[in-house]
Amino acid sequence: MTRDSYVFVGFLALFALVNTILVANGALSLDWDGLGVIVAAGCTLALYSFLYKDNPLFKFAEHVYVGVAAAYVFGITWYNSLYGEIIVSYFDIGEKGANGGGHNPWVLLFPTLLGLLMLTRFSRKFSWLSRISFAFVVGVGAGLTIPRYLSSFLLGQLEPSLAPLTLSWAGLNLFLVLVGVITVLIYFFFSVEHTGVVGHASRLGIWFLMVSFGASFGYTIMARLSLLIGRISFLMDDWLHLM
Amino acid sequence: MLFLTRTLPFLFCFVFGMTGWVIYYVPHEWAQTVEREIALWLRLVYAFAYFLGLFSLLSLHWSKIRQRQAGWAYSLIVYISFGVMTLFVVYNDGHGPFAAQATTGPYQWMFTSVHVASSATMFSMLAFFISSAAYRTFRARTPEAAILLVSAIIVMLGRVPIGAYISDIIPDTMQWLMSVPNMAAKRGILLGVSLGAIATSLRIIFGIERSYLGGGD
Repeated sequence: MTRDSYVFVGFLALFALVNTILVANGALSLDWDGLGVIVAAGCTLALYSFLYKDNPLFKFAEHVYVGVAAAYVFGITWYNSLYGEIIVSYFDIGEKGANGGGHNPWVLLFPTLLGLLMLTRFSRKFSWLSRISFAFVVGVGAGLTIPRYLSSFLLGQLEPSLAPLTLSWAGLNLFLVLVGVITVLIYFFFSVEHTGVVGHASRLGIWFLMVSFGASFGYTIMARLSLLIGRISFLMDDWLHLM
Repeated sequence: MLFLTRTLPFLFCFVFGMTGWVIYYVPHEWAQTVEREIALWLRLVYAFAYFLGLFSLLSLHWSKIRQRQAGWAYSLIVYISFGVMTLFVVYNDGHGPFAAQATTGPYQWMFTSVHVASSATMFSMLAFFISSAAYRTFRARTPEAAILLVSAIIVMLGRVPIGAYISDIIPDTMQWLMSVPNMAAKRGILLGVSLGAIATSLRIIFGIERSYLGGGD
C-alpha cells in the first residue's frame, strides 16, 4: 500500500470513529437529521481533501455531487415546468405546480412542439429540426436583449454619469465618475492610436480599471471566505459540537 | 429542403426577435400578455433543453463505463447518485410525480445534506486557490499592479471588523473606492458590453450572424 492509501483508509477509519463517538454520547441523533449532518460533514471533508491533492475521496464526493445535482435539476424542471406548466394544463390530474399551471392547452402546443423538436438532436436524420427551436431561443433572447440593455445599461448608466456637477464633495465624486467613464471608454476605443492626449487618457482609464479589478478581487475573496467560515462553523458546531 | 433547414429557422429568429424587441415599447395590456406568454414559452423550451444536457452527461459517463476507461468506477457513482436522487424526485415524499413538489422528505434531505453542503464547500475552496494565486502574482512591479494590490487590500480590510479596528479611514475609503472609481470603471465596461450585446442581437435578428444554426445543410 502507498502512503496515500494509508492516509485514505486512516481518514475513513477516523471519520467512522468520530461519528460513532458523537452518536454514542448523544451529540448526534440516530435519525435522518443526524445522518444528514454526518453525510454533509463527510461531503465537506472529502471535498476539502483536494487541498492536500487530487485523491479518490475527492473524486468520489465530486461524482456524487454531479449525479445529485443533475437529478436535482431534473426535479426542478419536472415539477416547475414539465408537470407544473404543461401536463397540468393538458390533463386534469394532481395539483397545480409552483408556477400555477392551468394555461390554455392550445397556446402551450407551440412551445411543447418546439421543446420536442429540440430533442431531435438525438437523431442524425432529423437533427436539423432542432434548428427551429434554437432559432426561437436565440431570436427571442436577442429581441429581449436590445430594449433591456438599451434602457437598463446604456441609458440607465449614462444618465447618472451626466448628472449636473456642483461645488461639493458629491460634485467632485460625480466629476471623478465622469472622468473614469470617459477614460475607460477611451482605453477600449481602438480606432485611434493611443498616443499623446489619448494615450494619457487611456493610461488613466487603465488605473480606474485596476482599482475596479482590485475591488472585485477583494470582494470575491471575502465572499468565498464567508462561505469557508460557514463550512468550518458547520463542522465545528453542527457536527462536532465544539462551539 | 434548404428552405426548411436554413430559411425557416432564420424566419423564426427574425419574427420572434422583432416581436421580443418591439413589444417592449407597446404600452398595451395585449402586448404585456404576449410578452408574458413568450417568457413562458422560453421557459418551457429551456426545460426540454435540460434533457439535452442530461443526455450528454449520462452518455459521456456511459461510454467511460462501457470502455472501462481509467476512473470508470467514478462514472458508475454518477449513475448511482443520479438514480437514487431521481427515485426520490419521483417518490416526492409519498405524493408521487403528479403532485406539487414536496418541501420535506428524502429529496429535500439529499438536497440539504449533499447538494447544499457540496456546493458551499466547492465555492469556499476557491478562497484557497484565489489566495494562493494572489500570493504568487500580486507583485507591485508597475504602478498599475500597485493600484490593483492596494485597492484589493483596502476592500478586503474594509469588509471585516479588523479594518475599522486598524483605522476608521479604511471602511470609509473602501466605500469611496466602491462607489466612485470602481463604479466609473464598471460603467465604462457596461457601456461597451451593452453596445456589443445590442449590435450582436441586431446581427442575429437580421440574419447577418447565423452561427447558431451550425454547419452543413
